[in-house]
Amino acid sequence: MNATFNVPTVDDEMVDVSEISDEPIGEDAGAARAAKRMLSYGVLTIFAVMFIGPFLISIMTSFKTDPDAVGRPLSPIPDPFSLEAWKQLLGIADSVVNVEIWRWTLNSVIVTTFVTIGRVGLASMAGYALARLDFPGRKTIFALILGVMMVPGVVLLIPRFLVLKELNLRNSYPGMILPLLVDCAGIYLMKQNFEAIPKSVEEAAQIDGATIFDTWRLILLPMAKPSLIALTIFSVQGSWNEFTAFLVATDKPQYKTLTLGLAQFQGGLGSGSRFPLILGAAVLVTLPIVILFFTFQRYFNGDYTKGIDK
Amino acid sequence: MTIGESDPFARSLAAGFDDEVAVDEDRSRRGWRGRQKADRREGETLWGWLFLSPVLVLLLVFVVAPILLALYVSFTKWNGQGGPFSDQAEVVGLNNYKQLLTESGLARKNFAAALRNNFYFVLFVVPTQTMIALFLALILNQRKLKGKSFFRTAFYMPSISSAVAVGLIFLYLFQGAGAINKILSWFGVGGIKWINNDKGIFHVFLGNLGVDTPPSFLADHDLLGMDLWKWLSGPSWSMLVIIILAVWTTAGTFMLMLLAGLQSVPDDVHEAAAMDGAGRWQTARLVTLPLLKKQIVLVVTLGLIGTWQVFDQIYVMSDGAGETVTPAYLAYTTGIREGRYGSASALAFIVFAIILVFTAVQRFLGRDKEVI
Repeated sequence: MNATFNVPTVDDEMVDVSEISDEPIGEDAGAARAAKRMLSYGVLTIFAVMFIGPFLISIMTSFKTDPDAVGRPLSPIPDPFSLEAWKQLLGIADSVVNVEIWRWTLNSVIVTTFVTIGRVGLASMAGYALARLDFPGRKTIFALILGVMMVPGVVLLIPRFLVLKELNLRNSYPGMILPLLVDCAGIYLMKQNFEAIPKSVEEAAQIDGATIFDTWRLILLPMAKPSLIALTIFSVQGSWNEFTAFLVATDKPQYKTLTLGLAQFQGGLGSGSRFPLILGAAVLVTLPIVILFFTFQRYFNGDYTKGIDK
Repeated sequence: MTIGESDPFARSLAAGFDDEVAVDEDRSRRGWRGRQKADRREGETLWGWLFLSPVLVLLLVFVVAPILLALYVSFTKWNGQGGPFSDQAEVVGLNNYKQLLTESGLARKNFAAALRNNFYFVLFVVPTQTMIALFLALILNQRKLKGKSFFRTAFYMPSISSAVAVGLIFLYLFQGAGAINKILSWFGVGGIKWINNDKGIFHVFLGNLGVDTPPSFLADHDLLGMDLWKWLSGPSWSMLVIIILAVWTTAGTFMLMLLAGLQSVPDDVHEAAAMDGAGRWQTARLVTLPLLKKQIVLVVTLGLIGTWQVFDQIYVMSDGAGETVTPAYLAYTTGIREGRYGSASALAFIVFAIILVFTAVQRFLGRDKEVI
């Protein structure tokens, strides 16, 4: 954080008028600006601590012993350093707590994989049809998709439970995956994306005799790669973190995902509170997503949330 | 909520249904080519429906059918025995809705408390997260600031994390002897019981001023079967923790949206303001904010829609204890835990109606903006 702290001088870059306008003009200007910049960094640092502090505390606490975690909640250094929580969490050491982390992880991976493939595939097909193909009924379908987008997820909780129950899909992978496959926001994103690609690209291909399917697969999909990557990242994040849909679709232990498994830790575990174990599990769930975002940051900053990275 | 879900959604809210110009353009170009073009049109129809059919089938089965089924079930007294259309699901008309809204009884009392809890949640979360997001966006928008991407990532991290995971982390922080109480003790604030504490903070505040018993005009009048004194309780201590958690998780997302809006404000606007002698905060208040109105309306609306849907956090942090049940959570416990599907479905539609009202308000405000 401090490494990036640097007060630029006035003459080596363009002057930001919105910042200097209310400052005294003359020799003091530089000092006043430096003070202001310091203030900005101070405020930002305080907020950064508040926003990532809890994650850092979780990591450190997961290496503590139970009494240390309860007794010294603010101390960042585990004393004594203990791997007991992680051993129990990963099933290396016996635990009084019923932790089936590998089963949960496997379920999370299965569901996330299928949901992501499905969402990206369906969104790029539907987005293309809505953006480029002209056929009767298209406007109606698009209106339906916009309408569905406005139905709040939590409202569907009970209705989906009823339908899954009637279709005998509860406690099955299809019951967990299928309701999550259509991502209307993703369809919308892909539609806009395809619309932004010049039509001349396709027309050239058509003159060469390419079929509609080939045009989509060989020409337009590769051009939409940045959006497809962004969509993939958000699908992975969304389905990895998904909770309510699985809560509604399952009530058997063998279908528990990481989020469902973790949620049963609420209210403490058995006699002791076992915070190192709980927080270790929280870290374990969070880590893959954080790594994913760090790795692909350039993609989603530069493209998905357009204009943010200047 | 993530940017991924909210951003296109937001744009559709703002744009409405009117971006369908391409179709007509296509049609006018037709006709002057012969058979090849006709074949192509047939192909487009075929592939169009092929490409959309999986989406349509899934939407019908997992969105349209559930809504219709739940609507029907909301008019029945069904407890899961037999099918929803069997004899065991007695059709009772509007009874479920009446029990929640007009007839005095436990159902209405619980619903009133849930409505109050969620109301205070919205009231505290939406302004706070919007202001923090705006504040951070304004600071980060300074051009020559170094380390921008570090700060942006730091602020955004809670937004991408699992609600269950961060809920557990907050449970640890807000323990009786936890980090938060320790920090508060430096400032002389005594140990607060955050978890499973149903005391409303307005009541606590009034209690400290010596008002322990409700004034009779508040105790004697009621709304939805709950007296006005209870309506004015404020959020419970437990709800306050969930409020803090919600602000912490969403402020980063909204900050990114506002930042995108800020960066679309052309620099010469600021230059002009500066030349006219406007100071920095004057510029922000009089020039930047009005130009940012569209994004602010969007962030507030997404906040309003999102806060009526809070669920995961409640499940993890309190499971409804300590006055944290919301209407959506009540629907879950009534339906899936107690098996009273009729009442649960009615609750789902009431939540839907509440959210639709907010969406409609946003549409109205959004439209208003474009006229100006």
